[in-house]
Amino acid sequence: MADLHLPGTLLPLFAGLPRRLEVDADTVVEAIDGLDARWPGLRDRLCEPGPALRRHIHVYVDGERAALDTTLGERSRVDVIAAISGG
Amino acid sequence: MPRTVLLVGTRKGCFLLESDADRRAWKLRGPYCEAWPVYHAVHDRASGAIYAAAASEWHGAGVWRSTDLGETWELSSEGLAYDAEGGTKVSKISGLTAAHGRVLAGAESAGVFESRDGGATWSLLSTLEGQPGRSDWNDPALQPPGHLGLPAMLPHPDDPARFWAVVQGIGIFETTDDGASWTPRNRGLRADWPREHEEIGFCVHKLVMSPVDHERLFQQNHVGVHRSDDAGLSWTEVTEGLPSEFGFAAGAHPHDRDTYYVIPLDGAHGRTMPEGHAAVWRTRDAGATWQRLDRGLPQHDAHLGVLREGLAVDTYDVPGVYFGTSTGQVFASADEGESWSEIASYLPAVASVEVAVVG
Repeated sequence: MADLHLPGTLLPLFAGLPRRLEVDADTVVEAIDGLDARWPGLRDRLCEPGPALRRHIHVYVDGERAALDTTLGERSRVDVIAAISGG
Repeated sequence: MPRTVLLVGTRKGCFLLESDADRRAWKLRGPYCEAWPVYHAVHDRASGAIYAAAASEWHGAGVWRSTDLGETWELSSEGLAYDAEGGTKVSKISGLTAAHGRVLAGAESAGVFESRDGGATWSLLSTLEGQPGRSDWNDPALQPPGHLGLPAMLPHPDDPARFWAVVQGIGIFETTDDGASWTPRNRGLRADWPREHEEIGFCVHKLVMSPVDHERLFQQNHVGVHRSDDAGLSWTEVTEGLPSEFGFAAGAHPHDRDTYYVIPLDGAHGRTMPEGHAAVWRTRDAGATWQRLDRGLPQHDAHLGVLREGLAVDTYDVPGVYFGTSTGQVFASADEGESWSEIASYLPAVASVEVAVVG
């Protein structure tokens, strides 16, 4: 199970969404799809059609900048970051 | 007693200002929409719902909706997207209008989406393909932002299939078959720049219709104020008497077909009120003459900007007029613009002001 950390800006948009949760997924996109199944619409908040990560959404897997197809290890830590974007 | 509710879209969320029919004392609520930048918030008189067009730098574009006058809100962007294969993106929803049981959303890059379920889901209605020069609208070499937007739609009050759409820097298009086909409606407008196509290339900032004469349209253009007496088939310039030909906002009187409001701005980089003297200008004769309305507004050192959706007129017998500024003030008049008071002073930059009379 990967240890997924989400940006605080997502929490008010989806009832019951925690800041941190464990997900069973082999890739970043699978993890996001799993979240979207539980909280419909969440994928659109992180991804553009394609899909591709939104420009100011950065994902790190075990501290390394990741893409949607980055694979997750059994105990990976995944950080989803709302990157610096204006004031 | 009716409630008067101003919907104020700002750089940091949607705010509501509420009063009674006297429109003297106002109470502020907000920010709503999780403080996302809100470009246009509207009230659907038929359903009572509020819709707010928003775009977060992080989480994309969407439309917030509230069915309880702002107490609770929901966000949806389901269907608010172009096909991924085309490479065109919806970077923001710029304008909304609710009429005939649906909501229309104008998008950037240019397209019209509709929702027939109260904003829960959306579908693409038209991208105005086939119009002259359409292929250039998303060319970054021609459009510095990378694409143009479609910031406004004007519905016909009686005909659901007929409405006008404004495309930035291109002009007005009319459809009479719900977006299946379009006709440019810019004849007689002025443009002080070269244009490749005769029918387009006009910079329409705000288009309004007289609620009591649906043939009478009025617009604040990048260059001048213009009137149409034939529902946009032809336009006549009526700028003379105003301190500037430039401005963004315009409003129509609810009961008098000849009365309109504009807010002239300096047309250079500043785009604020001329000489720091705040004023709304009103015509009572369809643009033949103009009066400066500034009683109660700051007379000097007031470098206020007002954007295209920043002015609203209510529907009372003696209508109120409202405007919000890019420096976060909202001003209100309860007497058709004769006198003004500042009803909010420290909001984030205001993008839009709309007014609803409810109850």
